[in-house]
Amino acid sequence: MSSREASADLESFAAEVGSDGPVAVVGGRTHWEIGGQCPNETRLVRAPSGVRDFDPADMTIRVGAGTPVEELDAALAEAGQRANLPVAPGATVGGVLAVGRDDVHALGRGRLRDALLEAVYVADDGRLVTAGGPTVKNVSGFDLCRLLAGSLGTLGLLGEVILRTWPRPAAQQWLAGPCDPVNLRRSMYWPSSILWDGEMTWVHLEGHESDVKSEAELARSLGCEPTGGPPPLPAYRVPTGALEAGQPTGSYLVQIGTGMAYVSEPRPIPDADPAVVTLHKRLKSEFDPRGRLNPGRDPLAAR
Amino acid sequence: MKFRKADPLMRDLRRVLPSDRVRVAPLERSIMGRDASIFEGGRAGPVCFPISTEEVQGCVDAARRHGRAVVPRGAGTGLAGGAVPLEEPVVVVATKMNRLLSVDADQRVAWVQPGMINLDLSRALAPYGLHFAPDPSSQQVCSLGGNVGTNAGGPHCLALGVTSAHVLAAEVVLMSGESVVLGDADGWTPGLDLRGAYVGSEGMLGITTAIAVRLTRNPPAVETLLLAFDSVDAAAQTVSAVIADGIVPAAIEMMDKNIIWAVENFVGAGFPTDAAAVVIVEVDGLPGGVAAEADRVAELAVEREGSVRRATDDEERALIWKGRKSAFGAIAQIKPNYYLHDTVVPRTRLAEVMNQVYEIVDEHDLQVMNVFHAGDGNLHPLLLYDAREPGIMERVHAAGSAIIEASLAVGGVLSGEHGIGIEKRDFMPLMFGEADLDAQARLRRAFDPEEMANPGKVLPTGASCAEVNALGKVPEGVWG
Repeated sequence: MSSREASADLESFAAEVGSDGPVAVVGGRTHWEIGGQCPNETRLVRAPSGVRDFDPADMTIRVGAGTPVEELDAALAEAGQRANLPVAPGATVGGVLAVGRDDVHALGRGRLRDALLEAVYVADDGRLVTAGGPTVKNVSGFDLCRLLAGSLGTLGLLGEVILRTWPRPAAQQWLAGPCDPVNLRRSMYWPSSILWDGEMTWVHLEGHESDVKSEAELARSLGCEPTGGPPPLPAYRVPTGALEAGQPTGSYLVQIGTGMAYVSEPRPIPDADPAVVTLHKRLKSEFDPRGRLNPGRDPLAAR
Repeated sequence: MKFRKADPLMRDLRRVLPSDRVRVAPLERSIMGRDASIFEGGRAGPVCFPISTEEVQGCVDAARRHGRAVVPRGAGTGLAGGAVPLEEPVVVVATKMNRLLSVDADQRVAWVQPGMINLDLSRALAPYGLHFAPDPSSQQVCSLGGNVGTNAGGPHCLALGVTSAHVLAAEVVLMSGESVVLGDADGWTPGLDLRGAYVGSEGMLGITTAIAVRLTRNPPAVETLLLAFDSVDAAAQTVSAVIADGIVPAAIEMMDKNIIWAVENFVGAGFPTDAAAVVIVEVDGLPGGVAAEADRVAELAVEREGSVRRATDDEERALIWKGRKSAFGAIAQIKPNYYLHDTVVPRTRLAEVMNQVYEIVDEHDLQVMNVFHAGDGNLHPLLLYDAREPGIMERVHAAGSAIIEASLAVGGVLSGEHGIGIEKRDFMPLMFGEADLDAQARLRRAFDPEEMANPGKVLPTGASCAEVNALGKVPEGVWG
């Protein structure tokens, strides 16, 4: 930390993490099993919680990583804004970022990883490290924030983050029907989500009222009808390429245009390129040479 | 040093590339010794023009065998000295790898080679009704590989984000000589976001040999407004008011009095020369939202005593943008040289920092023009000077440092889109502490343990061994 002073909360979080022994950060335990289990002797810590700084006119918000996503969402909703994080009951901001699962609206709203502007994390040696910067645009130094999103806390334990926020749209609408998802995407300007289970397609529209209405009419002409919301996501996330390989078992839901699909039964996915595996190992040994941060977890094994 | 044909490094490079694509003529090395920044004193070694991934791997292998650093280079339009070679490295130039490899219009992805020019890509995509969103002001000449290296921005990155948000995957030659794909052209692959760590790494993690870019659908409706104000304060406050109102336009650009005058004289874009500042706002999307947002932007401008002109057709819109994008060329009418700065401040502090910039420039007896991406707080003060004037560079650098400090003091950052390169390397400790810089050095070492790719950039001397308290020394002569 240089120009930015750490809060007392952050200092005590860093002290709690310390510089020795296996330690994992616990959020809402909504995705606790993703990427592997921590051994029993792992010490558990919790990140600071609460909204620290929010000027709606800047459209950024600084929160403790332990803040429940629902609390973040409520604070932003008061100002007519939202962050591009899935709002899962019980989940924390840090947990959602570390797990790295995109919101169901990633097609139109953008990726979870791009929501993170700045992160203060506790490094393996117990020091507080700031990655990124507080402004909506920043290319000062290497982009560690992208690396932290989806890292399962294996490179550092998130303590506090600054997120980019967006205006909440005036109108929104889900529709569903037995239509071709590719044709639907080709026909519509900017759907925020298209989901497809092999038979049915769900599409989400949002924006100005008249635009949502006209796009909904277009979707109806293609075979969709208004519906209350998306179907529940099956448990496991796989790259869409994995659906084509191997024998399909159970149900699936493809998040069109994002490379992600959700399946009800775990299924094998192609091995990563050995050079990619080597880079993962080298990053882990540079950032956490003693393997003490979230031991037992492997981002390559996250589903 | 002179490179002769019998030089062992040259011999090895010429086994990889035909001799007309390994060049050592003094003129060639001199051209490759600089980029579009003011930095002089760069020294290129052999300059290689590979045409395939295998040839890039061969160049890296040869450099490695001879203990030589490698500097990747796109079109050389960078403004932070990121592509300026230090101490005669092997320079690997992407300009002959400039093809569009494939387009999948349904999946909205294209594979391109790194030497392809940014604007050429969007032109090639026009028949599909698609484009590549990042549009740096240099888009007619800058390369997509360079855009990846600097995580480049542009006027239309306000709503859609900078280059990183538009790169799905990159094929990269690592300094081990291996070729690896980071990310996935489909959009997601399990594991760490190596793609995200690579974009913006200024050539220090590897050499880009192909890029899968995300394509954006052309908007069905567009409104472009030219707002004119009697004061910079009113213009800046209007920008803040638009964002605070919950509108994220496609672009919000601001130009102050001096640059308006220069542009009008140069291209005649119809900008009001009696205004203290103009703001260009573009909203795009579906017709309902576009009309409502354009009306609201106009209201907010009028409330702050601004005048509003709406482009009535594509021709008028193109002329307004021509005015904006010709700004840098127009400056030559006033002074032969300029130094373009690039910092970001929180959007709510824009007016305050602009006023400080004017004060700083007055204190140093310089002239400034401002033309910048106001919507995301990305300042671009242009300090004008005549390099022949004795002692001028000291004043230019002193003013530049003061602008950087003023930006950081309100919670801003060192660079919004140009990168750190050599220019701001030694300012990094103003924004980052020892542990922060150490973490960045760790990322670098994970990709390139011997620090062979583009050494001497971004990280201040000693960042890797936690000795960053004393500012490192930039090689002599580099600060022109």
